[in-house]
Amino acid sequence: MSVESEVSLDGKKLTIAIKGRFDFGSHQAFRDAYERFYKVPQVYIVDLKETTYMDSSALGMLLLLRDHAGGDNSEVRIINSSPDVRKILAISNFDKLFDIH
Amino acid sequence: MSALAPVFEPLTILIAEDSAADLLLLSTIVRRQGHQVLTASNGAQAVDLFARERPQLVLMDALMPVMDGFEAARRIKQLAGEALVPIIFLTSLRQSEALAQCLDAGGDDFLPKPYNPLILAAKINAMDRLRRLQATVLQQRDLIAKHHDYLLHEQRVAKAVFDKVAHSGCINAAPNIRYLQSPYALFNGDLLLAAYTPAGDMHVLLGDFTGHGLPAAVGAMPLAEVFYGMTAKGYGLTQILREMNAKLKRILPVDMFCCATLLCLSTQRRAVEVWNGGMPEGYVHEVATGKRTPLISRHLPLGVLSAQAFDDRTEVWPMALGDRVFLLSDGVLDTADANEQLFGAERLQQVFAANREPDRLFEDIEQALAAFRGEARDDVSMLEITLQAGQSMRATGPLYADSGQSCPLDWSMSFEFRAETLKRYNPLPYLLQLLLEIHGLREQSGALYSVMAELYSNALEHGVLGLDSRLKRDAEGFAQYYRLRNERLVQLSSGYVRVHVQVEPTATGGRMTLRIEDSGPGFDVEQVLARPLDVDRLSGRGLDLVRQLSSDVRWSDGGRSVCVEFCWEALA
Repeated sequence: MSVESEVSLDGKKLTIAIKGRFDFGSHQAFRDAYERFYKVPQVYIVDLKETTYMDSSALGMLLLLRDHAGGDNSEVRIINSSPDVRKILAISNFDKLFDIH
Repeated sequence: MSALAPVFEPLTILIAEDSAADLLLLSTIVRRQGHQVLTASNGAQAVDLFARERPQLVLMDALMPVMDGFEAARRIKQLAGEALVPIIFLTSLRQSEALAQCLDAGGDDFLPKPYNPLILAAKINAMDRLRRLQATVLQQRDLIAKHHDYLLHEQRVAKAVFDKVAHSGCINAAPNIRYLQSPYALFNGDLLLAAYTPAGDMHVLLGDFTGHGLPAAVGAMPLAEVFYGMTAKGYGLTQILREMNAKLKRILPVDMFCCATLLCLSTQRRAVEVWNGGMPEGYVHEVATGKRTPLISRHLPLGVLSAQAFDDRTEVWPMALGDRVFLLSDGVLDTADANEQLFGAERLQQVFAANREPDRLFEDIEQALAAFRGEARDDVSMLEITLQAGQSMRATGPLYADSGQSCPLDWSMSFEFRAETLKRYNPLPYLLQLLLEIHGLREQSGALYSVMAELYSNALEHGVLGLDSRLKRDAEGFAQYYRLRNERLVQLSSGYVRVHVQVEPTATGGRMTLRIEDSGPGFDVEQVLARPLDVDRLSGRGLDLVRQLSSDVRWSDGGRSVCVEFCWEALA
């Protein structure tokens, strides 16, 4: 498991990429990925391209990010999710809260 | 780490040496380094001295009279128990076997004669570091063990409370429920609740909190309280769901929520009403045809959305007697094999397809899971409920809380519920609570609620909303009926349901007259009542039930007004 984050040059977009298992073990790293930036980006992107597994505590972490990003006014995109991960997001109907690609 | 810090602490060091000259020399060196010295001239003396004074480190000559150093080392190690008392052998021996023998006997190091004070000091320091490291490890181990015991004790107490809350319903008593839950540590993230409504319907909740153990149990408690409390009072699924969601949203941290399927199983209406937020698909299994209708998750889990954004829409599916509802937690589907492949919904479907004896479905699924992975999962929950005839109606709460002296006996009241209210408010629980102020009615609360519920929904659905109950003839029409009901309710802008209650004392006790009127077009009472009684058809059972349960039923105003009576004997 590893969490990597990158801010776009204009500082408006923060991309967080999770590799391997996205579960409670990534809790601290995931929070650090968005809390350590003191400038607040407009768009958050969670890249799940290399995420192999995701459990309900990962869903909880996404909710935390959404809350941090401004709740109902936030813009959080989830991209590159595999069919398995997409299934988990679909069962929980997270497409009603997040922009899922 | 403190064990490695260069703090000098003087030690008490036992020196066992049979040569008086060597003993003197060694003692002097060691004392000069700042340590306290105890001396023994043979192994037996050394063991005695050790037992008495408990020195922290031993310098031991290998070859001594009475008891040699090897034997003494063994005994001292035994006396020392778990604590590390380093033993450094002093030896002029040179052969490898002899040196090895020193270590085999429990020695930790050896120092060749003649003694080099510098090497000796370094070895004492090195051994002291090890000794302190061991002491720290033991201390931390004991601390962890103590905390662990404490935690287990707390969990046991908490679980006892939790079990009382979570299992106070009918989950174990109802003959038509079968379930299987594997525990994770002491608590399970999965929550399973079941209770009867006053009308004899059954409410069932299968929930799955994010996380396990205490955090999950903490959220489960208020959820269970809302479930049991509101079910007993006659609230419907949508109101219970709203309350649960609002409560969880308020008390849980942002990253915690509860996936849940809530359903209302009604033998009377031959139907199941379902809300699924975040749980894997369960199924309604039509036994006659073998068809399985999936109960798809249409909503976000409980505790995520605000009260304004929460979606309480339910789905209704017809069921015949003997049909089953099957629910499961994600532990079943997420069971992984050695290569991290998940069991998944398709394999579950295959188990369904291969299942020949419905009563052995759980065993079949368990076998398939075991064959798939070979090790137990922590949070597997499965639940199956069969629609059975003749669930008895229960009285809610204690029958007589007081003597009945203050109970109201001669009064009447009228309500008119208009469109905006009919859309979102279910007045039945409120009316029931009010009527149960009459003690004579409490024994009949189940029948009373069933009759009220039936007449109210007739007034609303057939009267105000103009729905034809004949739609419910088959499964397809059934689904359409409930779709139309939702649509028309959302669009409703006029119409009313009026409820009149009249309570009078009689010579033997009392009588309650309940009249319900609606703004609909009415219906041909004689024709509807003349329809043959058919217990298995999906429509029309309501009126038969009303006629069975109340002393008198009369329609007037072309079917737009219906009146029932309940009588009771005076209390002794």
